Amino acid sequence: MHEISVLENLREIIEAQAQEQHFSNVARVTLAIGKLSCVDPEALRFGFAAVMKDTVAERAELIIMEIPALGFCGQCKGQTTMELLYDPCAYCGAPLTEIVQGRDLRIVDLLVS
Amino acid sequence: MCGICGCGEPAGQTKLKPVTGRPRYVFNPASGYHTGIPAAELNSSGQKRLLNIDQDLFAKNDIYAAQNRSFFRQHQILVLNLLSSPGAGKTTLLVETIKRMQDRIAIAVIEGDQHTERDAERIRVAGVKALQINTGRLCHLEADMIGKAVTQLNIEDRSLLFIENIGNLVCPSAFDLGESYKVVILSVTEGDDKPLKYPDMFHAADLLIINKTDLLPYVDFDVANCEEFARRVNPNIKIIRLSSTNHENFKAWTDWLSAGIETD
Repeated sequence: MHEISVLENLREIIEAQAQEQHFSNVARVTLAIGKLSCVDPEALRFGFAAVMKDTVAERAELIIMEIPALGFCGQCKGQTTMELLYDPCAYCGAPLTEIVQGRDLRIVDLLVS
Repeated sequence: MCGICGCGEPAGQTKLKPVTGRPRYVFNPASGYHTGIPAAELNSSGQKRLLNIDQDLFAKNDIYAAQNRSFFRQHQILVLNLLSSPGAGKTTLLVETIKRMQDRIAIAVIEGDQHTERDAERIRVAGVKALQINTGRLCHLEADMIGKAVTQLNIEDRSLLFIENIGNLVCPSAFDLGESYKVVILSVTEGDDKPLKYPDMFHAADLLIINKTDLLPYVDFDVANCEEFARRVNPNIKIIRLSSTNHENFKAWTDWLSAGIETD
């Protein structure tokens, strides 16, 4: 359950922001999770309340946006959508040479007061 | 103004599938991500502020990993991050490797396990420096643990450092430790379809060792299938079949290490 480590990093970022930006309450936390990132949105949701307990984000709503995955095909020099890490090119069937988008895991924004 | 959600950003091109029920999420490749809440709606409340953060949640680990990598490069230490499910034979492989290579190069080992000092003790018996990290509830090693362990171990320049990660084919793949190579070890007593079941791990690895080949006559494991699955997930993966107990093809692994030491 490495999602707990990810949530602990999120808590650190929120706490640092609370100091810098002077807020005492977070109403909403928005994360962007690539479809091929190695975290499970359900596990994040499951651990969120526990990790945020006793912090400014204790009552925050967690929004998770799923970022679609895109791969680059070296053969047809184009981009194709991906569902799995080993999806071949949807046009020519060749193995994809690069994952262009969909591996990241980012905190997008915070709605604070 | 964005035509999809009415916010101040230019229109997004790819509509996101929101995982929760909230509508109006937009992915905009030009400006990054934004949640599509109209700016006016936020300001009118006068109380709530929307702070754009846009930070990677693995950034902290990646910073420590970069520090480790630069330290290892500076001191010419070749670092192998060994990954597998529990029981694939990582420690036995290591003990055999140490026996064959310790006359040629200084070796140190960082052992990761949730509990006990047992693996580090096995390694020390083999005659090299070993430090055990007990992660407790944690299912993987992180880069800052490696940084601290390296300081404690006082590793010599131009040595070979093995990091035996927690036995787990999922979580450790996500954490860069600053290693030179990731080596995934799969034993033939596991399923040959593991690369397809745990693609993140095999996608991240540089080398796959198919271990315990001495047991092939007794198990239903198709090596060719396994290799095909691994290459499907990672076309660049190098594969070595070997046995740490009857030493079949073990030299291919030590040769691969020797080549790494020379180019390091």
